[in-house]
Amino acid sequence: MTACPHCPTDNWPELERGYRAMLPEDVLAFIDAHRGEPHSESLLIATLHMVQDHLGHLGPGHLEAVAQLMQIPLAKVTGVATFYHYFRLQPRGRYLINVCLGTACYVKGAEKVAQKLMDELGIHFGETSKDGIFSLESTRCVGTCGLAPVVMIGEEVHGPLTPGQVPALLESYLARAAEEMAKV
Amino acid sequence: MPQPVHDFYQAMADRVGRTLAARDAEHQIVVQVGSATCEHAAGSQAVADELVRHIRASGRKDILLHRTGCTGRCSREPILGVRLPGRLPVKYERVNRDLVHRIFTEHIQGGIPVAQHVLDHEAGPLPERELLFCEGSRCHGSGPGLRERFAAMLAARGVSRGSVRIGAASCFGACGLASGGPATYVLARPEKVLYRVTGEEDLTAILDGHLIGGQVVERLRAQEEPIALAFMERYGDVAFFNRQSRVALRNAGVVDPESLDEYVDMDGFKALADVLERRDPDWVIGELAKARLRGRGGGGYSTAAKWTLARRQADATRFIICNGDEGDPGAFMDRSMLESDPFNIVEGMIIGGFAIGAQKGFFYIRAEYPLAIRRIQQALDTCRAHGLLGRNIMDSGWDFDLEIRLGAGAFVCGEETALIRSIEGERGQPRVRPPYPTDRGLWGHPTVINNVETFANISAILRYSGDWYARLGTEKSGGTKVFALAGKVRHTGLVEVPLGTPLARVVNDIGGGVTGGRQLKAIQTGGPAGGFIPASMQNMEVDFEPLQKAGSIMGSGGMIVLSEDDCMVDIAKFYIAFSQDESCGKCTPCREGTTRLLEILERITQGKGELSDLDKLERLARLCQRTSLCGLGRAAPNPVLSSLKHFRGEFLAHIVDRHCPAKKCVALIHYEINPEKCVGCTICARNCPVACIAGARKEAHVIDQAACVKCGNCFDVCKFAAVDRV
Amino acid sequence: MSEMINLTIDGETILVPAGTTVMDAAERLGIHIPRLCYHPNLSLEGSCRVCVVQVEGFDHCLASCATTAWEGMEVQTNSPVIRQARRDIVELLLDNHPRDCQTCDRDGVCELQNLAYRLGVRERHFEGRRKQFPVDDSGASVVRNAEKCILCGRCIRVCDEIQGVANLSQHGRGFTTVVGPANLAPMDESACIQCGQCVSVCPTAAFLEQDHTERVWEALGHPRTEKHVVATTAPAIRAALGEAFGLPVGTPVTGKMVTALRRMGFDAVFDVNFSADLTVMEEAHELLKRMEGGGPLPLLTSCSPGWVSFLEKFYPEMIPHMSSCKSPMQMQSTLIKSYYAQQKGLDPKDIYVVSVMPCVAKKFEAARPEHTLDGRPTTDAVVTTRELAQMIKSYGIDFTRLPDGEFDHPLGTSSGAADIFGATGGVMEAALRTAAYKLTGRNLGNLELTEVRGAAGEIRETSVTLAGRTLNVAVANGLQNAKVLLDAVKRGEKQYHLIEIMACPGGCICGGGQPYPPIGSYTMNRDLAKGRARALYGIDSGKTLRCSHDNPDVQKLYEAFLGEPLSPTAHALLHTHYTARTPRGIR
Repeated sequence: MTACPHCPTDNWPELERGYRAMLPEDVLAFIDAHRGEPHSESLLIATLHMVQDHLGHLGPGHLEAVAQLMQIPLAKVTGVATFYHYFRLQPRGRYLINVCLGTACYVKGAEKVAQKLMDELGIHFGETSKDGIFSLESTRCVGTCGLAPVVMIGEEVHGPLTPGQVPALLESYLARAAEEMAKV
Repeated sequence: MPQPVHDFYQAMADRVGRTLAARDAEHQIVVQVGSATCEHAAGSQAVADELVRHIRASGRKDILLHRTGCTGRCSREPILGVRLPGRLPVKYERVNRDLVHRIFTEHIQGGIPVAQHVLDHEAGPLPERELLFCEGSRCHGSGPGLRERFAAMLAARGVSRGSVRIGAASCFGACGLASGGPATYVLARPEKVLYRVTGEEDLTAILDGHLIGGQVVERLRAQEEPIALAFMERYGDVAFFNRQSRVALRNAGVVDPESLDEYVDMDGFKALADVLERRDPDWVIGELAKARLRGRGGGGYSTAAKWTLARRQADATRFIICNGDEGDPGAFMDRSMLESDPFNIVEGMIIGGFAIGAQKGFFYIRAEYPLAIRRIQQALDTCRAHGLLGRNIMDSGWDFDLEIRLGAGAFVCGEETALIRSIEGERGQPRVRPPYPTDRGLWGHPTVINNVETFANISAILRYSGDWYARLGTEKSGGTKVFALAGKVRHTGLVEVPLGTPLARVVNDIGGGVTGGRQLKAIQTGGPAGGFIPASMQNMEVDFEPLQKAGSIMGSGGMIVLSEDDCMVDIAKFYIAFSQDESCGKCTPCREGTTRLLEILERITQGKGELSDLDKLERLARLCQRTSLCGLGRAAPNPVLSSLKHFRGEFLAHIVDRHCPAKKCVALIHYEINPEKCVGCTICARNCPVACIAGARKEAHVIDQAACVKCGNCFDVCKFAAVDRV
Repeated sequence: MSEMINLTIDGETILVPAGTTVMDAAERLGIHIPRLCYHPNLSLEGSCRVCVVQVEGFDHCLASCATTAWEGMEVQTNSPVIRQARRDIVELLLDNHPRDCQTCDRDGVCELQNLAYRLGVRERHFEGRRKQFPVDDSGASVVRNAEKCILCGRCIRVCDEIQGVANLSQHGRGFTTVVGPANLAPMDESACIQCGQCVSVCPTAAFLEQDHTERVWEALGHPRTEKHVVATTAPAIRAALGEAFGLPVGTPVTGKMVTALRRMGFDAVFDVNFSADLTVMEEAHELLKRMEGGGPLPLLTSCSPGWVSFLEKFYPEMIPHMSSCKSPMQMQSTLIKSYYAQQKGLDPKDIYVVSVMPCVAKKFEAARPEHTLDGRPTTDAVVTTRELAQMIKSYGIDFTRLPDGEFDHPLGTSSGAADIFGATGGVMEAALRTAAYKLTGRNLGNLELTEVRGAAGEIRETSVTLAGRTLNVAVANGLQNAKVLLDAVKRGEKQYHLIEIMACPGGCICGGGQPYPPIGSYTMNRDLAKGRARALYGIDSGKTLRCSHDNPDVQKLYEAFLGEPLSPTAHALLHTHYTARTPRGIR
């Protein structure tokens, strides 16, 4: 062999180990189960949902692991992750507060509710409170227009909400957080 | 000759019949609680839990807690329904845990309803009986005035209004089922007897035999079961409901969404059994053509034509997709249907898959609808377990399966080609059309995409016939449409009415009119792709073409009521901001154009507009309409063009006079304290975030305009209406 | 015979084959519909909307590039509505674009600027905010400026469809959409292999090569006693440099190129072709050695640095197959600072080597730590054909009137086999000419092996029998084709002996650093590639010296300096090694 002795062999096995270590078990199981099926790359969005559900957000290491294990170019994966507003690339707080700014809620004063939340938490949309408990986002429509104006915290919908009710609502979640953290 | 499908269905129906009969025999009393997103948000879980505790504590075995889906009467949730044997069903509004206790003890155990908490209790005390006359605009029955004459008859016989109430329902959906000439249907509750009345003699018989004599007049009992019967049985006394025609929403609020048995009991999967027995896709499509069913997602394209296009393709691999992306802000019809009647949508899709020759179908549901996703998943699993999905469906030998794919927060994925790209795992950016999805869609194969509501109508059309469905609607469009009524209207919620219903009827008769006694200014339809119908045109018929001619669109069914307190420039800006935020960015006119439109509107609402801005708005709007790549871009300027057309004066006021007539645009209003009304209570000063209100106790206060940030807190908190918004 | 259909464009009826797009149909009528995102070699996007036309029966306009004509179609390409729409669309693009045409690298050769001028965009009605992104100037080869991007998507498509790298994607959406590698990482930290095809297809200055002209002027500014500045040119330069001065495509300008370089102040002008002949010698011997059981087959050529990066990132397990030969550029630079320095009695520290290349990946290659001599890079600067043209113009030299000049010795002589290195299949043909001689003892009767002369975007395969031995060879250009070939090799479908791979479709003559094609033509245009290739094949057939092994100066080099092919000296100076790199590419 005329090639020099400095060339290492394929680096994939070592890389693969690292990527697998980055993702939760059931995400790995999901990817493994569908590998090789026709159009398995179409499960990218479902996979990203699973990762975000588990880990709270999609960090660069997670995205690379998904890209490599699903054999989808990383640029495509990040292109998809940044296109959809549901995916969060920054770590977020324990509770995600989603203020609905859809038509019905807007017409019923959602902006004031949003402003009150921002004042109480000291953050803007897209940011997380300093104690890491709350992240604030806005959304266009939660689909519960009869209860406008509406705020979603996690999966729970709260409405109709007035700015005056905001402090008590936040308090209840703070209490819940304290309970959960005490259990751990 | 063997009939495997028929036998399969029969066996299933028999089993269900037995199960439910046993359950009903055991449980005489049914308490109904809604279980969908709105209900949960309002606290229905806690109500249900409280009820369970009471039932357990009482030791009674004859009370059934029945979970249903969403009726669409969201502003009054949690709604709780109580059915005692032989009594009219009673619904309570805004129930909480304390009220559960009262309802349980006073009504369920004691037999006396808690009158002041009954839904729409201002309608009066509960009678013992109620007769609902079907007075749909489509079927004129056996002549007008029948109901009034009956009322006169009752009065003449001295039957008190307290014991028998007469009501009108917009439509049971029975039209066309009648054989033997025109007739009016009358529903007698609580016995749930449907009478078929052809004239005053029949009414006399009912009065004598049933109301006074206490015996059902069997010979007048209708043989057929109209589609909305079950719904009207439970909710027919409420004006908001009985003026609707529930076809797509027929089971919402009636069945437990998680129960296959209850769905089958409502003739669920009978249509599918019929379809598979006939084995004739052309018949299916033929009925849809007769029905004049048009896409309910907003496109209004003939469903039969679309399915035919797919069927004619040479490619044998085909897909059918349910578009559950419902991104219009203000629209929640699809969510409600998916959460409240999932088996119906599933059945519609299976039928569709058969009709077009597909092997696989997808539900594309937005991730913001977790309950809808769970309910559909549960429905799919249940169907598979019962031989209704997957291999050898209903013993027919035909295979077909369904899968859920999630959206992830992109309104543009409601567009067909973008939706396909999203399922393919790509950025949801639309593709140039042609080719159309029915030619080359998902992974290059012929694909049919329909809206949730379109699928919700399929089994009904096949059960009751395409002709019946066509008759419900107009010349060009058959059937009903579900609208999500919201905004400045008294009763917000889901309203399903026949196409061709006057807009004013929806807003005033069903919606209860504008809140606070304010003036109606406009009705916005079609979401961000739609336009405004000014109050002067409120009597127009709701249908695809009329709305288009008026400068709006049907859209998916969002209907926002706007009053004199809404600024049309501000609302136009709101919609453009939405479209701009949701623009996928692929094509130049939409990506750049919506941004520039927004900038211009922002300038105008900030009082920095110029007259040339109006020309620029129109020019940009036409550019987007003509040259954008997809429907989102083409329709994004509609609200702007529509509000310019009907409310140009408001734009001119903002630009020339620097004045917002609706007093909405913050930069163009200011707050002043009326010294004659101010009593000096200081509450405004204490609530001012920038402390710009000066004044001593008991003295008229003054706002420092230079420091004021126009948050409006003082306006909100003043109890003496002393703060004017100018 | 395919079905023919009639359609009417601007009132004129034309008959075209079914399946023709409206844009192509209009072309046949002599109407060149303005367009931006369209590229004939890339998939259709239809996203810029500049090419929209009005079609009877539609209330909205259709993109002519993506719409197939149908029987009886009536099209308007220049109605008042279209004129205003087109103008407005281009203005919208300008409104979100920096206003610095006069100081922009593509002033005068920018498709957006050209379009704005032709469509009469003279006022701005819709100005507002502009997107703001930092410039990524960190790449050794490619510089990315997202503020100048018009989101045509050509770079994404070429990187994915032609190169199989898929390093670029749109990120975010709407007004803030930005194109770049994953995580908008610096180019050299991404999967990028520096081929520069993105630079070639970009209609604006969103992608540019990393500038080396400044450092070259700086070096030339030193007194001759302090710095000995040497220029050395790749074969592909002489085939395309003339285009930048208005000469027809395919005009060979070797002599003028040499004269221009001398006028600019270079102390010596050498020809990289010399080292191309040298590469053939080393590689042919390497091939023969492997054929005798001395290493894995197929042997993969290694002159294309984009391809080398691709191998290291995407197919590292194939590294043992790669020829250990340096690229001709690096062989040349190494010899300049050893062999030439010795001959001239110069200290290598005082020699500044400037390689003129059609390639932007060469800039990355030059910066590789393995390409150093006594701790200093062998190649000090790499200027592309475009950069050289700009330098000549900035000097004021009237290129087309220059007399022909001659390369300097001892690194200036080359055979015709070296000239054709610039075309796809050229390295293969050159190698086979020498392999034939080595195996049979005679030169081939017909030296022109047209079976391996490739076309842009194609894979060519053939077998040649020499002295009773059958050699299976393959030639690929464009890395998507490389993937196809390598996967076939890995599956064991065919036993190849030698494979030539060039990263750029069409070979080096269509490299990332070549002059921008004239407005209206495209980088992967067959006629453009053929024209430039013809220049090189013409030079080859016009020479008497046509085989690398016949090059007397190469023979002298071996006698006096290297010994024999693959000798320890040859190894030390002319061979290199490769390592697996991350980020690992996705296949």
